Amino acid sequence: MSVVITEPHDHEEQHEHHDHKPGGIKRWLYTTNHKDIGTMYLIFALIMFFIGGTMAMIIRLELFQPGMQFVEPHFFNQMTTVHGLIMVFGAVMPAFTGLANWMIPMMIGAPDMALPRMNNWSFWILPFAFLILLLSLFMPGGGPSFGWTFYAPLSTTYSGDSTALFVFSVHIMGISSIMGAINVIVTIWNMRAPGMTWMKMPLFVWTWFITAFLLIMVMPVLAGVVTMVLTDKYFGTSFFDAAGGGDPVLFQHIFWFFGHPEVYIMILPAFGIVSAIIPTFARKKLFGYASMVYATASIAILSFLVWAHHMFTTGMPVFATLFFMYATMLIAVPTGVKVFNWVATMWRGAMTFEVPMMFALAFIVLFTIGGFSGLMLAITPADFQYHDTYFVVAHFHYVLVTGAIFSIVAAVYYWLPKWTGNMYDESLGRWHFWCSLISVNLLFFPMHFVGLAGMPRRIPDYALQFADFNAFISIGGFLFGLSQLIFVWVLIKCARGGVKATDQVWEGAEGLEWEVPSPAPYHTFETPPVIK
Amino acid sequence: MAQNKPLIGKLILVALAMFGFGFALVPLYDVFCDLTGINGKTAAVAATGDNAVIDTSRVITIEFLARPNKDMPWVFKPEVQTMTVHPGEIHIMNYLAENPTGRLIVGQAVPSVSPGQAALYFNKIECFCFSQQQLAGGKDMLMPLQFYVDPALPAQFNTITLNYTLYDVTQAWTAQQPQQDIIGE
Repeated sequence: MSVVITEPHDHEEQHEHHDHKPGGIKRWLYTTNHKDIGTMYLIFALIMFFIGGTMAMIIRLELFQPGMQFVEPHFFNQMTTVHGLIMVFGAVMPAFTGLANWMIPMMIGAPDMALPRMNNWSFWILPFAFLILLLSLFMPGGGPSFGWTFYAPLSTTYSGDSTALFVFSVHIMGISSIMGAINVIVTIWNMRAPGMTWMKMPLFVWTWFITAFLLIMVMPVLAGVVTMVLTDKYFGTSFFDAAGGGDPVLFQHIFWFFGHPEVYIMILPAFGIVSAIIPTFARKKLFGYASMVYATASIAILSFLVWAHHMFTTGMPVFATLFFMYATMLIAVPTGVKVFNWVATMWRGAMTFEVPMMFALAFIVLFTIGGFSGLMLAITPADFQYHDTYFVVAHFHYVLVTGAIFSIVAAVYYWLPKWTGNMYDESLGRWHFWCSLISVNLLFFPMHFVGLAGMPRRIPDYALQFADFNAFISIGGFLFGLSQLIFVWVLIKCARGGVKATDQVWEGAEGLEWEVPSPAPYHTFETPPVIK
Repeated sequence: MAQNKPLIGKLILVALAMFGFGFALVPLYDVFCDLTGINGKTAAVAATGDNAVIDTSRVITIEFLARPNKDMPWVFKPEVQTMTVHPGEIHIMNYLAENPTGRLIVGQAVPSVSPGQAALYFNKIECFCFSQQQLAGGKDMLMPLQFYVDPALPAQFNTITLNYTLYDVTQAWTAQQPQQDIIGE
């Protein structure tokens, strides 16, 4: 794909007008610029990543040794709950939305997102959602402590009054996500540059397009289920209360009807990122572009048909468990297509190993490990052993940390020179990569073993035979947490200066975002590029 | 941009429809459970049992469990623990309820049948679980259950366990009463 940027004659005049922005905090409060909003999303996600990470450190500190050392069990439960909520809704999802804001308009040759004012809103309500959630930790009786999955009756009958704040903050997060998703769909649908046909769109745009559909279909279901929790707790309804004719298992069905597509919301954009990075550093076109698009769509459709694999132990009839088991295993097929295509892209490529590529390669290997443990969990009889153990914790941290987070980090390294105009410090980046890679495996791999041996999740204490592994895991956790400080150092250093980046930045990079100058000007593609 | 509006409208409609769908799952789930007998849910309405043919060749053991919820002060137990029946036979079983407190308490029993797939074949002609039961303080009563097992019960089931959990619904009941009734109490 190549591009000719035609300069309009009245460009200077327009430029003057458009580039005017208020200074100081007002620039950020009032901005409707997709790059500003993208930056705010990414910084917000980074802050949330460290807040959620601090909670993980508290969890690992308590679990360093058996017995109760540092925190009360009730506080421990609040930490596991809020850690999960913050990482899912505060770190991973806003980071992807930030990347979408920054990159989608530039990748499709659009001047901005389609709905810039709504874009401002969808970002600015988010800090309040998390402020409410975090402040609830300081309420008498503490914050939410029922797990991020807030199963009834834990969240209805047995929860504290912070539940109302929890519900309200989830509502705000949901509204923010839905507005963001509508914006992405409308942008991609209506604002592609002439000649940017559907099957010419970069895969990051495709995966986000499909993710946005998942978001508008399941975030309202989440809003519905938290509303039911709220009315059950405070207004005398009995959606999940057996005494009034409700059913607590119904909660799990509705929650996981949201929850399973949600996990694909957190991984499909990662697939798009890796599909952008691998061809660049292998200096080859992506292998099987069309099959990647179809695989993404199939994963999205299948994600609606597998929710009850989270509920095998609730006593479902055999035909239902069989259906959900086979449907779940079917997802391995399109996912396998993707992994195959990435490997085939690298086959006989002229590969170099800059930091984004290293993270992308680690993503492929470690995400696949997480995928395999997912397949093990899909097998119903085996799941009866693994259910609610650290094996599950190991599985979803492999797909979310070494999957989603590694892809976000790879994306930041990949596009950072385009954002700041400076190259990041390659050797610091390597330090970040190797420290993260080693510590993350020390952190999550032994969880498989303690899980198989029967250590339950969400418990502040454990049997003595798990002591050694847990000490390893905690050390891995602390090292992984510290390694991320290197990342912050790299980011600050790069934002302040460094070797000037070229427009193309990477030798093998292709796509519209590499045609604009580095750093990307405040306004890009005010006149649509011509795509040949 | 004008051309955005129809698309935005449709997308908002999808989001709203999915919000509604979340709530629609509640009745859908009940219908689905009724049809398939998942979760051991028995029918909430009376069966007639008129045209059932008694199958004397099979003997089914029925186990009765009764359990007051932890907030429910009633004593609540079945008259006998187990009973053997032929499919199609109509039986009556009494549950004893006693209110040891000094105040009126309203109870609601929720049945559950195990194994779940047998729930469709366990038919109740009359059951105290069909309505809320009131019991004044210090009183006791017998609560009858009239049932039969459908002869179509698949051959692999020889034992059916019926469990009742009894909940205190006095608060909800009080809220529903017209004001003068409560004063009259």
